[in-house]
Amino acid sequence: MAVLKAFGAYVPPRVVTNQELAERLNCDAQWILDVSGIEERRYAAADESVAGMAVAAANECLAHAGLKASDVGMLLVSSGSSGRRFPGPASTVAQQLGVTGTPAIDLPIASAGSLFGMALAAPLAEAHGNILVVASEKMSDVVSREPLERGVVPLFGDGAGACLIGPGEGQASILDAVLHSDGTFADDLRLDFDAPLSMNGRSVILQASRKIPAAIAEVLGRQGQSAAAVEVFLMHQANQNLMDRVARALEVEPGKFYSNIRRFGNTSSASMLIAAAEWWRNPGPKPGGLICFAAFGAGFHWGALLAQAGF
Amino acid sequence: MDNRQRIVAILQNVSKKAALPGEDESLFDSGYLDSFALPDMVSELEREFGIQVPDADLHPRKFESIARIQSYIESRL
Repeated sequence: MAVLKAFGAYVPPRVVTNQELAERLNCDAQWILDVSGIEERRYAAADESVAGMAVAAANECLAHAGLKASDVGMLLVSSGSSGRRFPGPASTVAQQLGVTGTPAIDLPIASAGSLFGMALAAPLAEAHGNILVVASEKMSDVVSREPLERGVVPLFGDGAGACLIGPGEGQASILDAVLHSDGTFADDLRLDFDAPLSMNGRSVILQASRKIPAAIAEVLGRQGQSAAAVEVFLMHQANQNLMDRVARALEVEPGKFYSNIRRFGNTSSASMLIAAAEWWRNPGPKPGGLICFAAFGAGFHWGALLAQAGF
Repeated sequence: MDNRQRIVAILQNVSKKAALPGEDESLFDSGYLDSFALPDMVSELEREFGIQVPDADLHPRKFESIARIQSYIESRL
């Protein structure tokens, strides 16, 4: 059984407030907060890359695990906002970590990529040893493309998260995961080449409101567990209203869904791991606590993963 | 109540607004419903009419106006 060994995160230092964006977008700062639950987000510097942020998160994760990059048998790197068609950032991340030769695989899955990486890493750990799952996004580049959309720009921020999954001893055991994809609505959330982000928010929310609770219920049901038994839900930080809705659908307190969206916005596939890294640092899991990860994003791709802290 | 009246009652309950938009007017563009009220409305329609809306039918366009909602619901009864 694979275990979660450590998490790490990196967010750029530059804070972008709603007031700053409201002036650029000719809208009201309070309106941004009301519709999204976001108060500020971080923007990477012009010379800061998806790979560079990924390396910073990966290094923090390895430090928390007390391991070196050479202890990693495989990298899975998720990003929907890398700067070129190919190669993706994975090989650059491996090179910058000093592990050329180690397989490094790109997962170009916006929003849900880190969850897919974690779920894929669990069965692969037996063959490859420690697997470093990294998600890094520079969404500020994406949403800054003209024409600026006031309903889209304020939602997103930049950052990276990382998780080390492997065999042996760890902080929590991965019990199960469910992954799903459905291309029926692929056009409703997409990023075409040299075009601004295109999002049918109504469709995304309508689908996510159903599919996320269903995936969580599915993975819990397979393990004979209930939502009430879960200590914390670490979900893709898409929108505070959406997280509250998922909590209601599962009939659990919204406070069980760890949230940092107010400070970082939606950092796409990085968001779940940034949230996990923060939560793990403080307060962290109780002995035997159930931890449920969940994400939904472009594709649509969605799923949930259940882990249990050691006793 | 006929089907239209049942739909209107759900819309008013979900939106908390009394004044309805026109029959073919967009519930969203008119500001009557926001994106987050849409899943609530669909759930209420399922409960009221005893139907299950499959995920493949969860296109916002199908629920864009009173007329479209009525057409869709009656196709499922």
